[in-house]
Amino acid sequence: MRGIAFVWQFGEVVLAIALAPLFAGWIAQCRAWMQSRSAPPLTQQYRMLRKLFNKDAALAESASRLFRMAPYVLFATMVLAAAVIPSVVTDLPFARAADAIALIGLFATARVFQALAAMDIGTSFGTLGARREMMVGFLAEPAILMVFFNAFLLFGSTALTGIVDSYSTHPSVIDPSVIFAAIAFVMVMLAENARIPIDNPATHLELTMIHEAMVLEYSARHLALVEWASSLKLLNYACIGIALFLPWGIAIHGASVTAVLIGTAALMVKLAVCGAGLALIESLSAKLRIFRAPEFLAMAFLIAVLGLLVHLLLGANTSA
Amino acid sequence: MLRSHLSVEILKLLAAAMLLLSFAMLSTRRTQRLITLFAWQGAILFLSTILVAHDAGLTELYFSASLTLILKVFTLPLVLHLLIRRLGAQWDNERLVNIPVTMLVGLVLVIFAFGLAQPISMLATTIMRNTIGIALAVILLSFLMMITRRKAITQVIGFLAMENGLFFAATSATYGMPMVIELGIALDLLVAVFILGIFFFQIREQFDSLDLHHLESLRED
Repeated sequence: MRGIAFVWQFGEVVLAIALAPLFAGWIAQCRAWMQSRSAPPLTQQYRMLRKLFNKDAALAESASRLFRMAPYVLFATMVLAAAVIPSVVTDLPFARAADAIALIGLFATARVFQALAAMDIGTSFGTLGARREMMVGFLAEPAILMVFFNAFLLFGSTALTGIVDSYSTHPSVIDPSVIFAAIAFVMVMLAENARIPIDNPATHLELTMIHEAMVLEYSARHLALVEWASSLKLLNYACIGIALFLPWGIAIHGASVTAVLIGTAALMVKLAVCGAGLALIESLSAKLRIFRAPEFLAMAFLIAVLGLLVHLLLGANTSA
Repeated sequence: MLRSHLSVEILKLLAAAMLLLSFAMLSTRRTQRLITLFAWQGAILFLSTILVAHDAGLTELYFSASLTLILKVFTLPLVLHLLIRRLGAQWDNERLVNIPVTMLVGLVLVIFAFGLAQPISMLATTIMRNTIGIALAVILLSFLMMITRRKAITQVIGFLAMENGLFFAATSATYGMPMVIELGIALDLLVAVFILGIFFFQIREQFDSLDLHHLESLRED
């Protein structure tokens, strides 16, 4: 039984890595449709990655080893995160290594390396982007922690796999705090992945860009890895959201092969819906001024805290 | 009196949505969106009252629910929309005090309300006793909204939202007030909105703006 768990683990990581560009492409396509533009093909992201991997890398003269190392670190942390998140099965040997709090630490590691690499070259854009990214990051982190605490309180576990497992044993739980947590999570997800209310991934407008400003100096295979890592990050966040709020169909411990296949199909459907939903939010909202970002994230934090409060009040009284 | 598990869960969800809407109202800048949110709050109030009426088998609650639907979901938002269109204020953006600070104060108010409601809700026997704290929080948040706003219209909306909270508290603690009182309050609200609507025009005529800060200084002439 242990052997098959490693097979699932490996399969899930490969699936996540392969799916990430497709998911980003799907969101781009939905956005294009909603804005009545003609959409790029779904495989556009893969083509871009292939093109970038075939190019020769150009490095700035002042680039240190850190700058060259950062894309690999970014990609590796995102792959590790994908290994911890139960997107298809919960019987993951790697999941013991990190609970949800350590997962946030993983994302923070990636962010620090990206910011350091952006500052390493010494261009003003890189520094600007890095500072903004750190600002958004330090505001988003407490919010996502609160979202996780909601789930921890509800299911009594700090591991994402444990949360999904205990969800499947008490599937009838509809706790109001889940709504608050879900709203806060979507807000954090938009902010952390440089999506529209905070940052627009599709432009290089110098006054507003955050993520793009940090990766301006990268080229070829480094850029490909950075882009791949950021699409993987988006997929990871979507999978965390699915595991926390829509965990139907995820194969639990000791599941059969058919259950895993069903889980994979369910994941595809949920990702398609999530992608369309994200595209809808992005099409409906306008980009916030950068100084509004703290407001947006403070809202996310407060909504998550409210969820905790509501859970404590309403949950405590039902048992009494 | 049956206490079905499902309706308790749904009521809790509705109560949570009510609280969320209060916070949304606290943080909106646009007057028009504020009116829409107010209408949504009324709709949630309607749903929760219907649910309590169904669950407890009280016919008079159906009447007050339909009163809520007619008055708070359709009539009052419509009147307010007409008013701001007549005033030419539909695109008004309000400069609020610091929103994160307001939200933090709101959060403290919610904690306060929950703490206050804990002993009361232990005594209550209705199915919605869990939600007394939320109703109290909605009332306090509407108070806060009235305090932080400067425009006359938004203060009136805060007042109406406060009445929503009171109604919610009444249904959750005592299965609603006697019909006479409810009718009286409903009529009062309607009249209040009309009178305040007249006030809006008067205020604007005097000061060329709906900002109530002009009312604070005395003019000696």
